[in-house]
Amino acid sequence: MDMNEIKEIFFQECEEQLAELESGLLKMNDGDRDPETVNAVFRAVHSIKGGAGAFGLDDLVAFAHVFETTLDCVRSNKLEPGPEVMKVMLKSADVLADLTNAARDGGSVDSSRSSGLVKELEALAHGEMPAASSAPAPAPAAPVAKAPAASDDSGFQPIPFSFDGFGADEEPAPSIFEVSFKPRRDLYSKGNEAALLLRDLSRVGEMSINCIMDGLPSLDDLDPEEAYFAWKIQIKPEKGEEAIRTVFEFAEWDCDLEIKMIEAEQAKPAAEELPMIPVPFDLSALDDGPEMVAAETVNAAVDAAETATRVSKLAAAKAEKKESPAAAAAAAAAAAAAQANNAAGQTIRVDLDRVDRLINLVGELVINQAMLSQSVIENDATGTSAVNMGLEELQQLTREIQDSVMAIRAQPVKPVFQRMSRIVREVADMVGKSIRLVTEGENTEVDKTVIDKLAEPLTHMIRNAVDHGIESPEKRAAAGKEPEGTIKLTAKHRSGRIVIELVDDGAGINRERVKQKAIDNELIAADANLTDEEIDNLIFAPGFSTADKISDISGRGVGMDVVKRSIQALGGRISITSRPGLGSTFTMSLPLTLAVLDGMVVTVAGQTLVVPLTAIVETLQPEAQNIHSFGANQRLISIRNSFCPLVDVGRILNFRGTQANPVEGVALLVESEGGGQRALMVDAIQGQRQVVIKSLEANYTHVPGIAAATILGDGRVALILDVDAVVAASRGQSLKQEMSLAVAG
Amino acid sequence: MSYAVRSLAEGNRELIAFRIGEQEFCVNIMSVREIRGWTPATPLPHSPGYVLGVINLRGAVLPIIDLSKRLGMKPVEPSARHVIIVAQVRSKIIGLLVEAVSDILTVTEENIQPTPEISSDLERQYARGILAIDKRMICLIELGALFTDAESEAA
Repeated sequence: MDMNEIKEIFFQECEEQLAELESGLLKMNDGDRDPETVNAVFRAVHSIKGGAGAFGLDDLVAFAHVFETTLDCVRSNKLEPGPEVMKVMLKSADVLADLTNAARDGGSVDSSRSSGLVKELEALAHGEMPAASSAPAPAPAAPVAKAPAASDDSGFQPIPFSFDGFGADEEPAPSIFEVSFKPRRDLYSKGNEAALLLRDLSRVGEMSINCIMDGLPSLDDLDPEEAYFAWKIQIKPEKGEEAIRTVFEFAEWDCDLEIKMIEAEQAKPAAEELPMIPVPFDLSALDDGPEMVAAETVNAAVDAAETATRVSKLAAAKAEKKESPAAAAAAAAAAAAAQANNAAGQTIRVDLDRVDRLINLVGELVINQAMLSQSVIENDATGTSAVNMGLEELQQLTREIQDSVMAIRAQPVKPVFQRMSRIVREVADMVGKSIRLVTEGENTEVDKTVIDKLAEPLTHMIRNAVDHGIESPEKRAAAGKEPEGTIKLTAKHRSGRIVIELVDDGAGINRERVKQKAIDNELIAADANLTDEEIDNLIFAPGFSTADKISDISGRGVGMDVVKRSIQALGGRISITSRPGLGSTFTMSLPLTLAVLDGMVVTVAGQTLVVPLTAIVETLQPEAQNIHSFGANQRLISIRNSFCPLVDVGRILNFRGTQANPVEGVALLVESEGGGQRALMVDAIQGQRQVVIKSLEANYTHVPGIAAATILGDGRVALILDVDAVVAASRGQSLKQEMSLAVAG
Repeated sequence: MSYAVRSLAEGNRELIAFRIGEQEFCVNIMSVREIRGWTPATPLPHSPGYVLGVINLRGAVLPIIDLSKRLGMKPVEPSARHVIIVAQVRSKIIGLLVEAVSDILTVTEENIQPTPEISSDLERQYARGILAIDKRMICLIELGALFTDAESEAA
């Protein structure tokens, strides 16, 4: 292994670390104060710094070092990660990513960006709040600041700690908790019952409960044995958070449970007086049972160093006590849980080519198995032989192998969504807007090839939404909305496809202006009478841009038409719904994989062709009275009082010299890229089928009118029609008449 | 054309000889992946006459070339007795339809004679030399020259 390979591995790891860093920071930004999250963030920066040092990447090391120092302050509770601090942190993560990329690709990063951030980070590390902050800066407590020096070597972190519980003079104040209880799908199959859990919870204290039905699928997809509802509960437990945890003790692994204290009635005013920051402290390491003590405050008079000594003494005392079997069991359980966590995240990095090869081979296996079954059925009429049983099992196995192999390439859309949050931050900064990106369903899995191609159109749409969709804070305030805009990005599976929704709460589409612009650009007639929906969809027309002036962000000469085309190239569809003053929703429906396509298998001039199902609007049987000749060679078909050109696929592909008689064939009404409809004539429809897409270009060359190839059950190759090219050809831009062979690459 | 002979590697080399009509040709064995029987190909629209179509080779889509027609001779009427030589040409794999594979030849540089001065461009383009073995005349074909980059750009 040479140096370059080692370096390459380092950069691959960097990518993972950066993703970890960003997701951790985003969690912290949303109010996550779990020390483990902060630690993970710190670790990510630290390991980037370490690796960069080994390769002599000085810029990267210098920046990572400052970043790390500031993060350390957060880790040791010297710095409260408020919104202003988090903003700097997120920006720093972006710059760190840029520096890493620059180090890999040999580019450079605008030094003013990084040096500015370095100053801000250093200021934070020295306990100064950013100037822009209007929030009261929590003054770092002087005694605490001294403490880390003493504790660095041992790795021991001083933790402010309340002694209220030991005094037992006063009852802990009843707090209000927000419990988010989201059962996993298999909750019921594990013998749990949500209703019983909720009933038990009601005995813990006063509560109000909200059912969240967002996860409920349509009736077709509903599996009556799975759990779809989630609940949000506000509860005032009489015996603290522990009581809530006890209720969910046995359901813990079958649901996503989040318990957040939203209000501590009596503790709150006290906290405001105190300079110390509330810190959640986990007593479970010290006590016999897993016990969580809610966030408490500590008396400012208690010197942190002294606290540290006392806590360590306490820990020692408890350690002695650990001989008791209960404690040992608890420790073992905790260790097992930690191990389980590690196991869940284990992955292996595999070259995509290898997976592709495997997918190809499995495809072959499926075809071979089908051929084998066919010949056995033909040769063996008895039907009950051991051979038949074996074949059936083989069939089941191959199907399972196929599913699992496809699943290898499936990955959550999370990385793409995370990239979007960076784009929102950057663009919002540029245009001076305050915008929050909310993501949902980022663990929805799609084929890697789809994910890779999703980033570009999504980036463009997000830019558009930030730049045009959401109004300036002043305008929003004037319209009675919150000054901060929200963009919501969701992903979910729906009937074998992935649906991605981009919702903004901006001004919506200005239909008057869109229509005027379309008239100006001669996209529609001046007196055209369009529905609202039709007007909204005009923004997908080529060469259309609603921005009056070209801005840096979205005016790069690419409009929504490019977005639409790239979505269509993925075999997907995009639509928009908009409500004036309330915002717009873009909905994209995409296939889960690019390796497989839903196709209509048809016969044309004795050849079997596959037409992508996404292109087909409807199929119809032409009748003689609906066919009209037009000019010398054109023929039109009338469909519900409109005329649509007939295109003979066999003729256009040169499979036959004369036009076929349309009455003897079937017409596929297709919608092309340009939006126009055409009736494609084929001889017969064989049926719908999922086909595995095979490249023609790999060993041959692009063939006009043909998108790709596939292999049918009998082992023969069938061609997949490129509907857009065929429609374009029918407009007169003829497919290349004759090509010379282009086997060489 | 002596440069072509010089460009061959030192020592022995193995060639696969095959028949098209009355003539014999051979190609370097290193470029041949496998030899298989004829299976019907799916025709491609708008393709040159010598491209018979594509077949499925264990999941890969493989173009089949009628080598006879590509060499400017009479097209072959494929039958079950015909043979497809699966060969690698640069990064691509293609199938060559020939009548029959006749021999595997081990030759040294001395066995390969330079192509005689001929007028036809096509033959000059692909012929890399001629072998005389047992009174047979076998033409050594350079596949890379037969399917050039220039052609792919023109397509």
